[in-house]
Amino acid sequence: MNEIIKISRRTFLKTGAAIGGGLALGFTFPLTNSEAEAATKKSALFAPNAWLRISTDGKVTVMLHKSEMGQGIMTSLPMLVAEELDADWTKVRAEFAPADPAYVSLPMGEQMTGGSSAIRRSWEMLRKAGATARQMLIAAAAQTWDVAADTCRTENGEVIHQSSGRRLSYGALASKAAKLPVPTEVTLKEAKDFRILGTKVARLDTPAKVNGSAVFGIDVQVPDMLIARVLRCPVFGGKVARFDATKAKTIPGVRHVVQIESGIAVVANGYWPAKLGLEALDVQWDEGALAELSSSNITAMYKQSAEQAGLVVRSDGEATRTLEGAAKKLEAVYEVPYLAHATMEPMNCTAHVRKDGCDIWVPTQGQTRTQQTAAKITGLRPEAIKVHTTLLGGGFGRRYEQDFVADAVQISQAIGKPVKVMWSREDDMQHDFYRPATYNRLAAGLDAQGMPIAWTHRIVSPSIMSRLWPHLVQNGKDFTSIEGAANVPYAIPHSQVDYVMKETGIPVGLWRSVGSSQNAFITECFLDEIAVTGGKDPYELRRQLLTNAARHKAVLELAASKAGWGQPLPEGRFRGIAVHESFGSYVAEVAEVAVASDGNVRVHRVVCAVDCGMVVNPNTVEAQMEGAIVYGLTAALKGAITIGKGRVQQSNFHDYQMLRMNEMPVIEVHILPSAEAPGGVGEPGVPPLAPAVANAVFAATGKRIRQLPIRAEELKKS
Amino acid sequence: MAKLTINRKEYSVDVDPDTPLLWVLRNTLSMTGTKFGCGMAQCGACTVHVEGEAVRSCILPVSFVEGKNVLTIEGLSPDSSHPLQQAWIAEEVPQCGYCQSGQIMSAAALLAQKPTPTDVDIDGAMSGNICRCGTYQRIRRAIHRAAQIQAERSGK
Repeated sequence: MNEIIKISRRTFLKTGAAIGGGLALGFTFPLTNSEAEAATKKSALFAPNAWLRISTDGKVTVMLHKSEMGQGIMTSLPMLVAEELDADWTKVRAEFAPADPAYVSLPMGEQMTGGSSAIRRSWEMLRKAGATARQMLIAAAAQTWDVAADTCRTENGEVIHQSSGRRLSYGALASKAAKLPVPTEVTLKEAKDFRILGTKVARLDTPAKVNGSAVFGIDVQVPDMLIARVLRCPVFGGKVARFDATKAKTIPGVRHVVQIESGIAVVANGYWPAKLGLEALDVQWDEGALAELSSSNITAMYKQSAEQAGLVVRSDGEATRTLEGAAKKLEAVYEVPYLAHATMEPMNCTAHVRKDGCDIWVPTQGQTRTQQTAAKITGLRPEAIKVHTTLLGGGFGRRYEQDFVADAVQISQAIGKPVKVMWSREDDMQHDFYRPATYNRLAAGLDAQGMPIAWTHRIVSPSIMSRLWPHLVQNGKDFTSIEGAANVPYAIPHSQVDYVMKETGIPVGLWRSVGSSQNAFITECFLDEIAVTGGKDPYELRRQLLTNAARHKAVLELAASKAGWGQPLPEGRFRGIAVHESFGSYVAEVAEVAVASDGNVRVHRVVCAVDCGMVVNPNTVEAQMEGAIVYGLTAALKGAITIGKGRVQQSNFHDYQMLRMNEMPVIEVHILPSAEAPGGVGEPGVPPLAPAVANAVFAATGKRIRQLPIRAEELKKS
Repeated sequence: MAKLTINRKEYSVDVDPDTPLLWVLRNTLSMTGTKFGCGMAQCGACTVHVEGEAVRSCILPVSFVEGKNVLTIEGLSPDSSHPLQQAWIAEEVPQCGYCQSGQIMSAAALLAQKPTPTDVDIDGAMSGNICRCGTYQRIRRAIHRAAQIQAERSGK
């Protein structure tokens, strides 16, 4: 059955002749999603929007309302348009859209990239954009030939008249099509007719990424631009008490030293003189209220907070009472540390503030916020702030933040010149918005057969949303803190999850799969504890408990079968398994691990099964699962940001280590065929990794990992 | 004035002799393919060749490379035809792409020394280059593929 979509006049906007005299269409569709309506009721800017341009030479340019940070949207979003347009893929180009209300999208009612949402929120919209353009091109051809539109078809960038075999290219039809009325209904293809979607289309951004020509934010060059570094108080919340720039100003190349909100900026004709100038600054800090804060203080605070009841975010049956009467009972405390993002490209932003406007070149995940940040600082209207999105050298949630934008705008405003502010790796690592450290108390009750009948989980965590989207925190419920914990899929009749929001002063923010990355570790390891206590195989117990979770179960079974669960392994190797849903996708992972006598954990192989609904580009899905597994493994084996005297104690890759080539497991990704709507892809591969590895470590050593990262010294054979 | 030979071309630059080569490339000569990642030779994003050796340009004073041949990603091939670039495209290695200049330059030094590297050779040569997107598996495959391309070309 073909899907007919009605497009009302009110919500569809034809913008007329475009650049180069071609066909340009702006699409504004009504919101039908109640979640988005709730989130964005106060704003009139909540229509998702995309742009498509066909020039007279036949080039199809798709405007990207999302940022490319490695996840492949620069290819997968144009694929959506090209499929329904029947475009010649070799003529499809992509361009980053400016910050504009027209590009605001769900779920946050902002122009932003995050929450593994690019495909999910564009799937229908961009296909409609392509289908509408196609219909107008057919109409233009039919008019030219004086034939009925339904006697024409399209193929590979051309309209073809069936009976006569006449052909006209989209380029030749573009001008005429631009003058035609916009259709009120478009027909979308059935999945069985897709010829681009679901295929391994080569990424459009690869060629520029193998010869050094790809332009990231850090590569932006603007005439007369200067380079700035900012010295920040090492203690969170600290401020400049006084400073002396005399010596810094004697460094050749240093042009300005200015105080801005975040610290002291040294502006020079290059990064190196800016760095030398920074080192020559004489600054005294007012370290503020957090000067004595340490990781152990934080743990103690959390522990205390865990004594009080939290906000109940899940309550099935009578968990507490059932727990008391259970045949067997187990309790555990799980903790996860703060984590930095450590994108390969350190934070940076280039700004040029003028009296009448401001240009910003920035690798950002948040165009709307960038515009708002600059408007607030400069007093300019948002429309006067032009945001030029560059490629992002990694994002992971860090680049949604606005600190680097504020730096650049404030410095440019102060000196009246274009400025690129560049963060060092140390700046980046010590002034991040970290994945929260959390503290969790869990208990489970088992019946006489070893099956879990009660589950309780108390989460103590700071809130990310309270700072970023306070209007979405309702009754003290931050969904990023509870995601993956309040929706554990297992059929356990009595279940209670509560949440204590506890702030520490350490800035926290979004991080690739954030809450799920923590809660999957906690809940999937605790489920393993239940299996062991009840004398069950961890895989079989999961299967038995996934009675109401068919998609979880299917990926679990696929991963287990591909990994050879239950079959013998080479000596010294052990398996662990975990499954988790996040961002609308279901992922199960089996890790194959060896633990050396010195406690060193080596992950040899990870088998991943993913159900992300309909697949746009299988290559991208595989790449994102591979990437997510490495991201998760780095965190599980190495990641910990610790605090001492209010400061981050790590500074660079020597003490905040990353997984490297010599530690790389073999990764196998299996995509479960699915006709469901697309789910997210960028994040869902992360959450199951840590528990799969930790459960394998238990299988290998009998030692239960309840704190991340996994530490060799605790696994050492004595 | 320091006289430099970069990608077979001569340059004269007026910078403090202690300035790391990375910043001369990026700021003075506007060659931005070589990336800044850590500033302490920990991540490999800034890898270039000096006399054919893979080095970290973020800690290498520009005075050190006077009179020596420097090769950057921009000079690896005029048209992305180097076997590694071709293999990187075929294996769809890059995600964000930021570290890939450095990865390719490290791999190029390896292939020049060992035309058919083993996995152990790859571990040894590539473990100084961090990829936060986790493309290591594809990098490994691409290096093996590039070795094949290189062998086929030299066989002609």
